[in-house]
Amino acid sequence: MSEWLDDEAGPVVRPYALTRGRTRASREGFELIAIIATAATSQFAPAGAGPEHIAILEMCVRPLSVAEVSAKMRLPLGVVRVLLGDLLDHGLIAVRRPEPDNRLPNERLLKEVLNGLQAL
Amino acid sequence: MDSKRSDPSRGAAMPLAVKILVAGGFGVGKTSMVGAVSEIRPLRTEEQLTDRSVGVDDVSGVERKTTTTVAMDFGRITIRDGLVLYLFGTPGQDRFWFMWDELALGALGAVVLADTRRLADSFPSIDYFERRRLPFIIGVNCFDGAVRYDTEEIRAALDLDPKIPVILCDVRKRESGKQVLITLVEHVLEVMAERQRQPGAALR
Repeated sequence: MSEWLDDEAGPVVRPYALTRGRTRASREGFELIAIIATAATSQFAPAGAGPEHIAILEMCVRPLSVAEVSAKMRLPLGVVRVLLGDLLDHGLIAVRRPEPDNRLPNERLLKEVLNGLQAL
Repeated sequence: MDSKRSDPSRGAAMPLAVKILVAGGFGVGKTSMVGAVSEIRPLRTEEQLTDRSVGVDDVSGVERKTTTTVAMDFGRITIRDGLVLYLFGTPGQDRFWFMWDELALGALGAVVLADTRRLADSFPSIDYFERRRLPFIIGVNCFDGAVRYDTEEIRAALDLDPKIPVILCDVRKRESGKQVLITLVEHVLEVMAERQRQPGAALR
């Protein structure tokens, strides 16, 4: 609940109204290609959940990346990350983060990607 | 235990995702390439950035805010059960470097598309990936009617390291786009092997 935008913020206000003004997710880990999967059906959602929260839960029954959730919800990434943070805080989603960046990509993984591309 | 709850973190339900970037100047065919090889119609995600700036000439000290929206087109290729490749077209304009940093983080590598009529448009992308030590290749998109050059002439014009592959392609064609991606991943494997031979250079 740290940062509230004032009325000079212009068009940012509308999407961020969904996040009640919050511009940062409650935690990190929602990279563009982090995979989100619904861990509990929407009937478990708490009373404060908004229609966007519910829509994400319904969408991610089939796991999707953060970028796909943003595109399908037609909401900016920043907004989607706040909503995903809410869902994660309530244990309603599971997240599979990509491999960490602080080392070279895994050779076995690259070879799998290569084989997969060749087989297309 | 509530039977209605499922645990998608188990099994193949939650794939691991990797990404490759497709960069290059405006209109060079980034979105065409993403669309040609993607198994889904390309999607678009947006990020909004609010700049706060205080004009230096403005004695009143009033803060001005401008909102910039950066759009990125992306596609997806399922490599196998449990492994998905995302292809992200980079935002074309140089002032969106903040978004490039997020895109480049954890990327396997990048394809820089070049148009021989406007080779200089690919310089910012090449500079960026060189600085970040992210492996990349050059895909020369052969537009209809464009003057064809030898890949070695293009390499010289771009002042590239001789190890960086330069290939001709037609990114509207799936098979050609696929070949570009294969060339990139082979190059990434070579770069990795070379870096592992050089002690102290393992981290990029």
